[in-house]
Amino acid sequence: MNAAVLQLVQIVLVVALAPLVTGWVRLVKSRLNGRRGASPFQPYRDIYRLLQKEAIVAHSASWVFRAAPYVTFAAVWLAASVIPTFSTDLALAPAADLIALVALLAIARFWTALAGMDVGTAFGGIGASREMLIASLAEPAMLMVSFSLSLIAGTTAPVKIVGFVLSGGVGLDVSMGLALAAMVMVSIAENGRIPIDNPATHLELTMVHEAMVLEYSGRHLAMMEGAAMVRLTLFMALIGCLFAPWGMAQAGGGVDGILVGMGAFLARTFVLATALAVFETAIAKMRVFRYADFLGGALLLGLLATIFLYVSEAV
Amino acid sequence: MEQHQALSYDVAHLIGATVLMAGFGLLYQRRLFAVLNTFAFQALALAAAAAWQARIQDAPHLYATAAIALVFKALAVPFALHWLVEKLGIHRTVETALSIGWTMIVGVALVALSILLVLPVTAGAAALTRESLALAMSVVLLGLLMMITRHNAVTQVVGFMALENGLLLAAVSAKGMPLVVEISIAFSVLVAMTLFGIFFFRIRERFDTLDLHYLETYRGDRH
Repeated sequence: MNAAVLQLVQIVLVVALAPLVTGWVRLVKSRLNGRRGASPFQPYRDIYRLLQKEAIVAHSASWVFRAAPYVTFAAVWLAASVIPTFSTDLALAPAADLIALVALLAIARFWTALAGMDVGTAFGGIGASREMLIASLAEPAMLMVSFSLSLIAGTTAPVKIVGFVLSGGVGLDVSMGLALAAMVMVSIAENGRIPIDNPATHLELTMVHEAMVLEYSGRHLAMMEGAAMVRLTLFMALIGCLFAPWGMAQAGGGVDGILVGMGAFLARTFVLATALAVFETAIAKMRVFRYADFLGGALLLGLLATIFLYVSEAV
Repeated sequence: MEQHQALSYDVAHLIGATVLMAGFGLLYQRRLFAVLNTFAFQALALAAAAAWQARIQDAPHLYATAAIALVFKALAVPFALHWLVEKLGIHRTVETALSIGWTMIVGVALVALSILLVLPVTAGAAALTRESLALAMSVVLLGLLMMITRHNAVTQVVGFMALENGLLLAAVSAKGMPLVVEISIAFSVLVAMTLFGIFFFRIRERFDTLDLHYLETYRGDRH
């Protein structure tokens, strides 16, 4: 099977799977809270319902407000398409690179924050300001993780890192463990999960992501919600492919390899989504002023990963 | 065999790094109970490290060390401190020492320092020992850092115990540490723990607080 077909499959897959991942996280959380919870397919119905509805736009909104949902969704979708999920044999793989990925996510975040401020409501402004605070702390940490991974694997391209890990180039490594911990912390912040932000909230003074998209309705809201879901799936795929790429199909693996890779990807995502739900249930949201400690911790873990790399080198 | 040995080393380092991360966790936590839980976790990781070293060094007496670490440091000491904190009614205390961000940055600098220090000194030693010693040294320094940046007597004692965890980590990584030494260390820590407990009550009776700042400026009764 050639790379172009696999790339198309992946482009469709990340979007098709994203609502299910979010729905599964919500279902597990409800069960852990002693509620029955909605079906894991509920997010599909929500998105469908939103797409049917009329989009209301505030009088004070400019074109930025209307364009932002599409730009955000497109940027996140593109980012999710180039990360190897079930196969490394992707047509767009040569363009994929961890730093480009950070930039794509930054574009999405920038547009969401702009849209939050565009209408001029107080909630949108405070949400945008907090989002930028989180971004300014999370991005250095994410880049630090990228640097330590690239020092280990000698490349910042996720596809090549997967190949490096699969070929046994790195064993159980202290640096990899530290980078994984930092990456998980960054992912929590980037996706606005507890303890940074509560995704289940709709009207609270502490909300961040919900505050920015508060003015959206109809298909615009569907795009924004969809972008958040795809981003969650993206980070799960990224953690999976960088730290546990076992079973991923390589070029020339045949149909069997693709099927195994697909199964492994679904299993990884399922495990990570369940773990996220358990973690979120066990922990409380932290104060805004503690974000810096949390994400500073992630940055320092990334730094430690690099430091320990030199110890291993020296030994 | 080569492959197998490499894996053993990697697991040893990973457990050592877990102990170190727990050391950072201690610096990050501000609530007393969270500090105690993190300390218990560190001791648990230490017990795992000792047990793993017993396996790869083929030294059964290290299992005894692991058991001592598990029983005394992961269970007895945290429970005793828990009890003390509740007894003293300070379980809602939040530390307001040096800001957490700065403490963590200093912590990372200390880790870098201990690596720079240990690697040249132990140039002739086995690879396993060198990296483990660097980790253990970092844990010791983080314990010290915790002792000097915290005001509360209980967290200072936890810092002291974490320092001792680092010493034990160094001891189990080096071959040929006699069991007698480890047992006596474990017991002296327990004795120290008891003494600290008594001191807590005395300090509080005297000053109505466990914040040691009051102690520093105290110059005795002036009648």
